[in-house]
Amino acid sequence: MPAMPRQAPQGTQAVQRALALLRSFTPEAPEHRLSELAAAHGLHPSTAHRLLGVLEAEGLIGRSPESQAYRWLPGAPGTGVARSSPRRNGLRPLEPLRTPFHRRTSALCESDARRDWSGYTCVESYEPTPEREYWAVRNAAALIDVSPLFKYELVGPDAERLLDRVMTRDFSKCRTGRVLYTSWCNEEGHLLQDGNVQCLSRERFLVSAAEPCLRWFQDCGWGMDVDVRDVSEGIGVLALQGPRARAIADAATTGIDFGAMRYFDLADGEIGSGAGGGPVRVTRTGYTGDLGYEFWVAAEHAEALWDALVDAGRDHGLLPAGLLALDMARTEAGLVLIGVDYVSAVDAEIEVLKVTPAEAGLGFTVKLDKRADFVGRRALELERDRGPAWAMVGLEVDWFELERLWSEIDLRPQVVGQPASREPTPVFAPGGWQVGQCTTRFFSPLLKKYIGLATVRVEAADPGTELDVEVAVGYGRRRARARVVERPFFNPPRKTAVGPAPGVNG
Amino acid sequence: MTVEPAAADGIGSGTPSRGGGRFDAIVVGAGHNGLVAAAYLARAGLDVVVLESSPEIGGATRSEEAFPGFRFSVFSYLVSLLRPEVIHELDLVRHGLFLVPTASTLNPLPGGDCLFREADPQRTYRHVARHSRRDAEALFEYKLEMRRMGHLMYWLQRAAPDELAAVIGDRVAESAEHLDVDVSAEVADIARHFLDLPAARLRTFVQMLTMSSADFLGQWFESDLLKAALSSSSIIGSMLSPRTPGSAYVLLHHYMGEVDGAYREWGFQKGGTGAVAATIAKAARSHGAEIRTDSPVARVLVRDGRAAGVALANGDELSAGVVMSSAAPQISLGRLLDPEDVPGAAGAGLALRAARWQSGGCAGKVNLAISGLPRFECMPEPGPHLSGGITIAPGLDYIDRAYDEAKYGGFSERPFIDMIIPSVLDPDMAPPGKHVLSCFVQYAPYELAAGDWDDGKREAFGDAVVRTLAEYAPGIEDQILHRQVLVPPDIEAIAGIPGGNIFHGELRLSQLFLLRPDPAAAAFRTPLPGYYLCGSSTQFGGGISGGPARLAALRVLDDLRGVESAAVGGVETP
Ligand SMILES: Cc1cc2nc3c(=O)[nH]c(=O)nc-3n(C[C@H](O)[C@H](O)[C@H](O)COP(=O)(O)OP(=O)(O)OC[C@H]3O[C@@H](n4cnc5c(N)ncnc54)[C@H](O)[C@@H]3O)c2cc1C
Repeated sequence: MPAMPRQAPQGTQAVQRALALLRSFTPEAPEHRLSELAAAHGLHPSTAHRLLGVLEAEGLIGRSPESQAYRWLPGAPGTGVARSSPRRNGLRPLEPLRTPFHRRTSALCESDARRDWSGYTCVESYEPTPEREYWAVRNAAALIDVSPLFKYELVGPDAERLLDRVMTRDFSKCRTGRVLYTSWCNEEGHLLQDGNVQCLSRERFLVSAAEPCLRWFQDCGWGMDVDVRDVSEGIGVLALQGPRARAIADAATTGIDFGAMRYFDLADGEIGSGAGGGPVRVTRTGYTGDLGYEFWVAAEHAEALWDALVDAGRDHGLLPAGLLALDMARTEAGLVLIGVDYVSAVDAEIEVLKVTPAEAGLGFTVKLDKRADFVGRRALELERDRGPAWAMVGLEVDWFELERLWSEIDLRPQVVGQPASREPTPVFAPGGWQVGQCTTRFFSPLLKKYIGLATVRVEAADPGTELDVEVAVGYGRRRARARVVERPFFNPPRKTAVGPAPGVNG
Repeated sequence: MTVEPAAADGIGSGTPSRGGGRFDAIVVGAGHNGLVAAAYLARAGLDVVVLESSPEIGGATRSEEAFPGFRFSVFSYLVSLLRPEVIHELDLVRHGLFLVPTASTLNPLPGGDCLFREADPQRTYRHVARHSRRDAEALFEYKLEMRRMGHLMYWLQRAAPDELAAVIGDRVAESAEHLDVDVSAEVADIARHFLDLPAARLRTFVQMLTMSSADFLGQWFESDLLKAALSSSSIIGSMLSPRTPGSAYVLLHHYMGEVDGAYREWGFQKGGTGAVAATIAKAARSHGAEIRTDSPVARVLVRDGRAAGVALANGDELSAGVVMSSAAPQISLGRLLDPEDVPGAAGAGLALRAARWQSGGCAGKVNLAISGLPRFECMPEPGPHLSGGITIAPGLDYIDRAYDEAKYGGFSERPFIDMIIPSVLDPDMAPPGKHVLSCFVQYAPYELAAGDWDDGKREAFGDAVVRTLAEYAPGIEDQILHRQVLVPPDIEAIAGIPGGNIFHGELRLSQLFLLRPDPAAAAFRTPLPGYYLCGSSTQFGGGISGGPARLAALRVLDDLRGVESAAVGGVETP
């Protein structure tokens, strides 16, 4: 990713910038978020905020009451063609956002099954059923557009200090060229989010997260010499996941030694086989628990990247995969999802929903031995002494249990082919009280078991503990006996193996 | 859980013969059934050895790198009948079971039309409606009825036929609650299920035992194409036309399959079906079973009127109180037994009946290594249809004519072909960009009326297959890099199945249930105490199911418990 120039506004430059900002507003692109404008114009958000404030006060642009986004005012001088639209009366409905891969993904989306993800229209499954896409993840390779992730660039001499202050992991130990998976908490030690941090240099990091957190990072960095910028819209992200990912990645890019790349390494290279294909960053990360990489690319090179990967994948069984397949794979990998398996403390309407990292199964990301003080440290130290109240566990319902339940309505178990369910259902002690809730579950066609992720009282969390979980049988809801098992459910050696591309024999 | 990939090939997965030895149980044949039986016995604590005559395990489930970089599923190619009990009780997923579903079926027609059926019933409705709206609608009703039939068979196959017959007989005789026979609650339950069937369903069941599939399907459908497509499953492995009475049962046999409860689903095992055998072998070994290849068994040894072990062809003797054979009856009840050894009068009749067992081959297998994906005239571009089944069966007359040629001792010049492209389902089957094509072909008799398979006819058969394919996928003849043609004598030679019948004997009423493979040996026990059958020629019938072997092994364990043999001891219920 090319770094954005950092300069202070002054004199004529400020006028130029204000006009440039103004020109961003056209009837075709009437609305913009602050972060987006700041990123697009290479401005610090506070600078952009100031300039936009002036434009607004002068009646040159407006402000959307719901989203607080800035918007085009018909007839204002300097902006796009003035055309009054009586119907809209100056206010336009929000259009869904498009990821930089949208033209490619939508051309392939035969099923028309799409879903909103942070305002973006994303493909749920390209084909009418997600099965082939799911199997591609486990058996060949799948290409998944995960661009809607929020991306924040932290730049400046204090970038590492800020991360060490915000994050539960130890950034003094994070080497350049590595990615660190981490949690971040509020003062009470309650989990706000989990995400990856790319360590690009000691002064430059890229955080990716499922929910917005610009304000949180900026506020935590108050007084530090670091810029926190929202670069979400400018960067497209593609996940290439599956046993053939290495062979495909290798063929689709130049300048990266994929055989040497370890799990959670990052590397910069170029798209295509020759030079000049446009820069791309690759991280050996993913959300499937399989061998895989994520490609980070400036929006203008996104389609070139897509084409290169699809081309290289043609002979390896590569399929584009939607969010349903991704959800199935991540469940097998035992990976928790914010907003589904746990609720961010900022979204928790009731106290009991707030969890610590340990309670969300992310205890391994909390480094209480790190030198830096970090947000939530004291609370988490108390928790260490007291022990967490909840635990994130894997649940496994075996086949015979399903057979038994379904034979009561005279059917074979009707479980395969169902996407992962996100409706929380209660988990009980055998025949007894509720001890927690199961937040994600589905029948894994690979493991041939009905698996789920559940938050339960720690007393009920030991592997081997038997619990009852509610499952849908026909129209009824039945309790099925489940066993607490270790996560991940599926963990192939290739996920972390290094060396030449596996599975290519010719 | 870490899933360890099983070696895809059977090669090297057994140890060659090494003399004799003492065991609790000996299993003859390391096909998938022999391996399942061994796994169950070993799991119960018995000391088990499997003896396989060929240098490799797998029998009819084997994979082979026949051409560098290209892996063939030599014979069997899809899995659906594999019993969930076997999968779960033997923990096969942990040992490498990896089934990728093939969710669609394409029936290309000459001239570029086709019939396509997909996993989604509404989409299938639309495809079928192009040929007949009435049929498209009837398909829902038909599927529901077949699902019920499949479910019924699924349960019936869960018990040994003698037990089931006993309970059903008892219930019919007394129509009372109390039973005279001593059977498990499960068997009683299954019998109840059967007896409580509504009359209409019982009628369908009887129809399926006796009718031709064409007539059976004619009760629902008018489209010749759809009837031909659906009747494919009624001829697989059988020297029958869809118009031959009895073919509806073969249809039913294939309808009791499922993958994870998904009715009629077929899956491709990663690495080919050889990996199924390798997976089961791993499970068996994890319980301590020993598997020896290159160990042809010549004879079952008998002492004091009981099976006491086996003698190998090389003269080595192994002793055990239990001997199980997964080989076809001509071998198990014929060659391996001396009629003198069988107590009572059963002996002579047994051998004679085994010799009359109907198990002529009818199918060949043509495996192709190809340079790129085939382009079917009806759907030339790559797409989901290439990861499903593709069947050349453009009409009932077409199949009937193909059958006629074989009836008169020739092979079908324009054969029925059931095809998959394994490398689309599992990219490891071929080098990147290249593919393998698995063609199951009918009809090919064991013996030709004119000429000899070895005298050019085998390749002529291969040519007929390629010629036929080219009618639907023009240009395929130029894509072929390598070709493997196997006809019934090859199945006999490689998999050790006399006659080369894929099911170890035709699935017809005269050879089913209490008659399979012999009235005196229909429930896994033979007239020789201590000697059992566990292969495809028993109760369940053929196919990759593990069903007969599981029931046979449970029966052995039951018997051992009954005998309370101190020598065995510590037998646990699986
Ligand atoms: C071409 C073809 C295609 C098929 N396609 C399918 C399919 O797609 N799906 C499906 O479900 N089924 C299919 N089948 C059927 C299925 O493969 C068989 O029914 C099944 O594999 C038989 O298993 P088994 O263990 O009972 O016997 P086998 O696999 O025949 O194994 C018996 C073993 O016993 C050994 N043996 C015999 N005699 C002796 C002896 N004296 N001493 C030692 N060892 C001996 C043999 O060498 C052999 O290894 C197909 C079969 C064929 C031939």
